[in-house]
Amino acid sequence: MTLTPDAMGRALPRIEGGQKVAGTARYAFEHPVVGPLYLHPVQSTIARGRVTAIDTSTAEALDGVVAVLTHENAPRLADTSDAEFAVLQDDTVAFRGQYVAAVLAERSETAREAAELVEVTYDQQDHHVELDEDSPDLYAPDVVNPSFETDETVGDPEAALESAPVTVRQTYTTAMTHNNPMEPHTTVATWDAEDGRLTLFESTQGVSAVRTAVAGVLGLETGSVDVISPHVGGGFGSKGTPHANTVLAALAARAVPGRPVKYALTRQQMFDLVGYRTPTIQHVTLGAEADGRLTAIVHDVVEQTARFKEFAEQTAVYSRSMYATQNRRTSHRLVPLDVGVPSWMRAPGEAPGSFAAEVAMDELAVATGIDPVELRIRNEPAVSPASGLPFSSRHLVDCLRRGADRFAWRLRDPRPRARLVDGWWIGTGVAASSYPTNSMPGSSAVIRFHVDPSLDPALGAAGRYEVEIAAADIGTGARTVLTQIAADALGVRPETVHVAIGDTALPPATTAGGSSGTASWGATIADAADRFRDKWGDDPSDGAQADGSMPDNPYSGRYAMSAYGAHFAEVAVHADTGEVRVPRMLGVFAAGRILNPDTARSQLLGGMTMGLSMALHEESVLDPRSGHVINHDLANYHVTAHADVGVMEAEWIDEEDPYVNPMGCKGIGEIGIVGAAAAIANAAHHATGVRMRSVPMTLDDFVV
Amino acid sequence: MDATLTLVVDGRPTTLTVDTRTTVLDALREHLDATSPKKGCDHGQCGSCTVLCNGRRVLACLSLAVAHDGDEITTAEGLAPEGERHAVQVAFLEADAYQCGYCTPGQICSAVGMLDEAAAGHPSAVSGDVAAPPTLDRTEIAERMSGNLCRCAAYVNIVTAIERVHAGETAR
Amino acid sequence: MKPFTYARPDDAAGAVDLVAGDPDAAFLAGGTNLVDHLKLGIASPTTLVDVTSLTSDRIDDLPPAHGDTDGGLRIGAAVRNSDLAAHGRVRAEYPVLAEALLQGASGQLRNMATTGGNLLQRTRCAYFGDRTTPCNKREPGSGCSAIGGWARYHAILGATHEPAGQACVATHPSDMAVAMAVLDAQVQVLGPDGERTIPLEEFHRLPGDDPTRDTVLRHGELITAVDLPAAPIATSSTYRKVRDRASYAFALVSVAAAMEVVDGPDGPVVADVRIALGGVAHTPWRATRAEDALRGGPATDEAFRAAAAAETAGARPIESAVGGNAFKVPLVAGTLAAALRTLAHDPSTDPTEEPG
Repeated sequence: MTLTPDAMGRALPRIEGGQKVAGTARYAFEHPVVGPLYLHPVQSTIARGRVTAIDTSTAEALDGVVAVLTHENAPRLADTSDAEFAVLQDDTVAFRGQYVAAVLAERSETAREAAELVEVTYDQQDHHVELDEDSPDLYAPDVVNPSFETDETVGDPEAALESAPVTVRQTYTTAMTHNNPMEPHTTVATWDAEDGRLTLFESTQGVSAVRTAVAGVLGLETGSVDVISPHVGGGFGSKGTPHANTVLAALAARAVPGRPVKYALTRQQMFDLVGYRTPTIQHVTLGAEADGRLTAIVHDVVEQTARFKEFAEQTAVYSRSMYATQNRRTSHRLVPLDVGVPSWMRAPGEAPGSFAAEVAMDELAVATGIDPVELRIRNEPAVSPASGLPFSSRHLVDCLRRGADRFAWRLRDPRPRARLVDGWWIGTGVAASSYPTNSMPGSSAVIRFHVDPSLDPALGAAGRYEVEIAAADIGTGARTVLTQIAADALGVRPETVHVAIGDTALPPATTAGGSSGTASWGATIADAADRFRDKWGDDPSDGAQADGSMPDNPYSGRYAMSAYGAHFAEVAVHADTGEVRVPRMLGVFAAGRILNPDTARSQLLGGMTMGLSMALHEESVLDPRSGHVINHDLANYHVTAHADVGVMEAEWIDEEDPYVNPMGCKGIGEIGIVGAAAAIANAAHHATGVRMRSVPMTLDDFVV
Repeated sequence: MDATLTLVVDGRPTTLTVDTRTTVLDALREHLDATSPKKGCDHGQCGSCTVLCNGRRVLACLSLAVAHDGDEITTAEGLAPEGERHAVQVAFLEADAYQCGYCTPGQICSAVGMLDEAAAGHPSAVSGDVAAPPTLDRTEIAERMSGNLCRCAAYVNIVTAIERVHAGETAR
Repeated sequence: MKPFTYARPDDAAGAVDLVAGDPDAAFLAGGTNLVDHLKLGIASPTTLVDVTSLTSDRIDDLPPAHGDTDGGLRIGAAVRNSDLAAHGRVRAEYPVLAEALLQGASGQLRNMATTGGNLLQRTRCAYFGDRTTPCNKREPGSGCSAIGGWARYHAILGATHEPAGQACVATHPSDMAVAMAVLDAQVQVLGPDGERTIPLEEFHRLPGDDPTRDTVLRHGELITAVDLPAAPIATSSTYRKVRDRASYAFALVSVAAAMEVVDGPDGPVVADVRIALGGVAHTPWRATRAEDALRGGPATDEAFRAAAAAETAGARPIESAVGGNAFKVPLVAGTLAAALRTLAHDPSTDPTEEPG
């Protein structure tokens, strides 16, 4: 099934735009509830040990405090097999900042004050929180996120490296970083004891996943948990799975039946409890012929996980499918630490992995004297190096060529540290990008037609198509793009389609993650539309309805499917102060059919900016003595601000891909960040002659 | 400790009794159901809570309600009469200058306040000669808007939207 | 956050009486720093005395001092940072001050923050702001976490490293105060015993053996105004702030400088110069050693860097696996050179460029 584009490809304005610019779109904390209680948690001040005593008496004595929950009195959970969800169930402390108690009070100010009055006594044990690749605890996980092989060897990389005329052997590192969506993770939980129903207004990338998880943890029927999340203030992966905060709010709600419990994390708590990107240590060795053709790629990664729960970022996977070579080894090793568990952050795996791989390619370009654009073109594979499958489409070379043309690359003098303009060293750099085209099974949708007399007759329709799917719009434009898809799948105008998302009252849907949302939900809606038209034709009567579900892709396993891109960056480094600026960035992408050029451009620019942020700004500083991130706020943890962004453009080539899904689209939420930091690092080298193998790069890397 | 005070929110005077510790932001969001200003950091580090206080852009999270008795607070919701949109809001829609929308009301209030400051001739950190009247180009707009973080990074489009308003391209 | 009562007396004297008579009372002005600290639990006054409308929010001309042709400015303590930066005479005659203000914080914060409050800002040391970590400034005797910790924003000059129970390597976060340090600003104070004037250079104090105290103000003393004397040299002045983000970030190093350059037989010569450094010490750091090294000498890059080296000769950087600050020594040199170079090349100091 392939849809004929009509609404798809148009710049339909965001459907909820009016509400967002007025501020009337309701986010999780903002749904009106009657008689709420405010939750403020108490967090452990040790990184490892046991709680030996908790004195809650002073807190409880405070006027307006309704309850203080601790592991001694909190309701028992039905399933604690996921240790992250085992909130207030026993006295163990597995990381600093872990919940050890929670106050419920009539006022938020009182809850916070009372939380400060809870006295916790610990039996503190030695902790280990530093990522050290020589750690005796280093181990190989069974798989890496989500289910890639941990290690992979093709050919004989060591022998190939030994005989390679040119080799690059370097270590690259990326910092621990935190997602930090502008809207903190939030839950408003209400337990209706009579009906046995739990209602959660939740800030999440997937209401269905939250429902399943929370129901399981609390021992409720899945259908007894309602999760409502119409608008989400960003997530970038951290809201892709529920975390302990949601369980805590739900647990607390059960302790106070009938009273809504409101809990929004403070910004500081966002650094403790809802995931982060692991720091990485990456050893990359490239072997090449003198003409730049790769003979071997080795990419060995060491990163961290929590001792209490494993998360293995798939950092080296990028190198498995990017460039042609007969000999390759990739591996992942984890160091378990007494820290919070890492999780998804925009392009897990690809974002840090591409940094190492694409800087290494730049080093190879320098070592061979070949232009870095040309070097990548020379190593373009004919089939997927990972699977041997043909590509459903791959236009990396077109992206590189078009970007080079737009960036006037041919005028570039390859010598580093050769341009000093008004006190700034200027350079340019390039890096490639790729991100897999994912589709997740498990979504369903319903389409309902009803005659709507209020509908403008000028639309030429008698009624409205209600499309229901529990998808999420975390700022991606999903609500709008799904409307466009549904319109084309139904063969109607988008004005006659209303898409309802973000509520478990709707048919279940997969999570917004892995850039899979539009592909998965879109294909599901297309399936429902197909069935609808089969059943009712194109002139349905009032009440006509059809269900659909995510179809299997007949081409899956026959083609390798990914989006590609090329980043070009200009970097300026101040000769006196080392300050780093990025006056210009261009990204050219090949990501199948672009369903909405406005929202797509915004997502790509957003990803590129987060790449800029990764390159120059973001670093969570974990103090090894205390075990917590000390720069845990937005004054000390810098994310890119307005003034950091210069001229930044994202564009794409028209790519037809009949194999990926009925829309012919590829995910675009993550590819913008992949490779962006490498392009900036490569430009910084060109500007200054200083090779940046670690991000973030800061002025002290350049000041002399 | 409680205090009774009046806030004029989006033109409507409202008297309320709150804890002396309650910020203008919490007074608006938790007591008056005015949820357009957002809580992103609660410490003056992100700009999501930006409102106009007596016409000037300020951070509601660092303002104690009790210290603002009688003040006129304008949120993004109240920038234009009901059913209408302020030119900055129109420009944000046209430029797709937002994604998740959470920082957006703060960005918009900030932009409105900033345009007034620029019109009054206030210089910025990138004005070069601070004694000269500033010219509001993209670099100036970005600098003046830097107190409003956007994690989706709609920055490029936000600057475009404001640039258009400044150029009078967007009709009210 | 602990509960507090809120008071708004009729006048400044009433506010002083209230605070002076209650060791747990504090003044509230713009609130940008205090409200933050209330939430963090690192300030817990039981009474807040709102002085926002009790001191002047005007900028007035001062009469010329004896022998001067021009007078300076009196800046009311309640003048907002944005209004001060936008003031015509400040922009024209004290550009270093306007530039410093505009490089601080954000537009919203500058609309809130007052002149008096800005001087009283407390350090942004992440450990000071985190009650779960040792900090001698917050909890005397508990130790200094920044030593051996995340010390990127910390002091290289004038800090206390020993003994452990008194150590403090915090920096003063104000940009405005650094500019005022080269303007010989005078802080007007009202206290229970009446008025007094404190030179800005003496207003902030090094941590010494008591890092809990940032300034020489006594409890109950209220800043009412800051006077800027006439300073012809300040027309050729600038503020250069170096930070990790292009805007909305605290200084790693900043330089406030005013310089008068004259032509000498071998090129331009520094006739007079005033320099203060931010981001390097517990106070705005008046760089007298650098000034002495430059005065009367050539206005060249080499001289600028040599002057910085003279100033940082006694620097004591912090080594740390999670972010030391040794880079600040060369950064002071680079930043000072960059700032002074713009003044040396300032067309307004060049007679051929002077408008008629």
